[in-house]
Amino acid sequence: MRLLTHNMLSSNIKGLTSGFPLGIEVEKTEEKEVEMNADFLRNMFAKVEWKALVEAAKTLGYTELPDNVEPSMLDSDEFLRRFHHALLELHLEEGALVCPETGRKFPVNKGIPNMLLHEDEILLQ
Amino acid sequence: MASRPELQAPPEIFYNDDEARKYTSSSRIIDIQAKLSERALELLALPDDDVPRLLLDIGCGSGLSGETLTEHGHHWIGLDISGSMLNVALEREAEGDLILGDMGQGLGVRPGVIDGAISISAVQWLCNADRSSHEPRLRLKAFFGSLYRCLARGARAVLQVYPENLAQRELILGSAMRAGFSGGVVVDFPHSTKTRKEFLVLTCGPASLSSATQQAKGEDGESCSDDEDISGDEENQSVLVSDRHRPRKKHKLNKKVKGKEWVMEKKEKMRRKGNTVPADSKYTARKRKTRF
Repeated sequence: MRLLTHNMLSSNIKGLTSGFPLGIEVEKTEEKEVEMNADFLRNMFAKVEWKALVEAAKTLGYTELPDNVEPSMLDSDEFLRRFHHALLELHLEEGALVCPETGRKFPVNKGIPNMLLHEDEILLQ
Repeated sequence: MASRPELQAPPEIFYNDDEARKYTSSSRIIDIQAKLSERALELLALPDDDVPRLLLDIGCGSGLSGETLTEHGHHWIGLDISGSMLNVALEREAEGDLILGDMGQGLGVRPGVIDGAISISAVQWLCNADRSSHEPRLRLKAFFGSLYRCLARGARAVLQVYPENLAQRELILGSAMRAGFSGGVVVDFPHSTKTRKEFLVLTCGPASLSSATQQAKGEDGESCSDDEDISGDEENQSVLVSDRHRPRKKHKLNKKVKGKEWVMEKKEKMRRKGNTVPADSKYTARKRKTRF
């Protein structure tokens, strides 16, 4: 599971103020190379929650991302490469995602997070 | 003859390891899924600027539809309820990120981040209550609500569905409209039972901003795509079902079933058919007294 996906997911449990961002427990990570596309990165830059991405990258062991960003940094190739690496090339293979409010763990196996909610966690209106 | 899979078992049980493998090794299914995915991507009408986008593949299964998305250069996140199908997707080295989840519980994606969503042959599974705690309407509401929230402004969702009957069709469409979507249904090959395919094309945002429903596929060279060589003798048909406001009929439709002209035409028709018809005279279709 890439950090791109992690940045988009939020905990779906009922009664939460905000299920984002999910904490990460790491057991195994992987790095898979992927071709870089600057347009996609610029597109995603506006959507990505930067703080969450930096935190997640640190948890996976990548500390090269700057803590504060401005859109002007997108012109720097070096920044783009780091952004790309953190967003698309780092994979969480085994571990868990943790709901920030309830502490409930969503296990991650073979890179697939199990987000299935139990009966009592579903919000039924 | 096999019944619909939706009636046999819930999807996470129906698509067990054996079925998942069978499904994915059938060349016919691979072919159909590829065509459906191409068509869905076409209907998604993403801007033609070669910029990869972040898409959602709902009910991605073994990644057959995701492959099409990858081929077009997009990044995608796939959601499916069957662990066995996702395992097959891993084996096939699907490029997108996979999530094991139930769309009826809500997608769990942050608001406004997705550029487009497709779903191939999946949403109709929501119409069946697979557990006593399931209420299809609520599940559809959770699904469409979360889908509407996670799509970026102006983004579309294209859902290819196999509704069992009219009631299911209306259930799905109604839930979508209530969630705030506008859009319509595109039916390819409406008259053929085998090739008929239904796509729900949904947009976020008011109806005036979204373009009109695209042309459905059929013959007469009116198909959108130039590459497909689908030939059929059916006329195309697209059903536009937009906002809930429907203009009321102003007056009753008056069909001309009375009058001398109509009677004369009918008599001619019968004569052509070969029936015995009384001769025409000055009394034919003459106005009778009211009490007649």
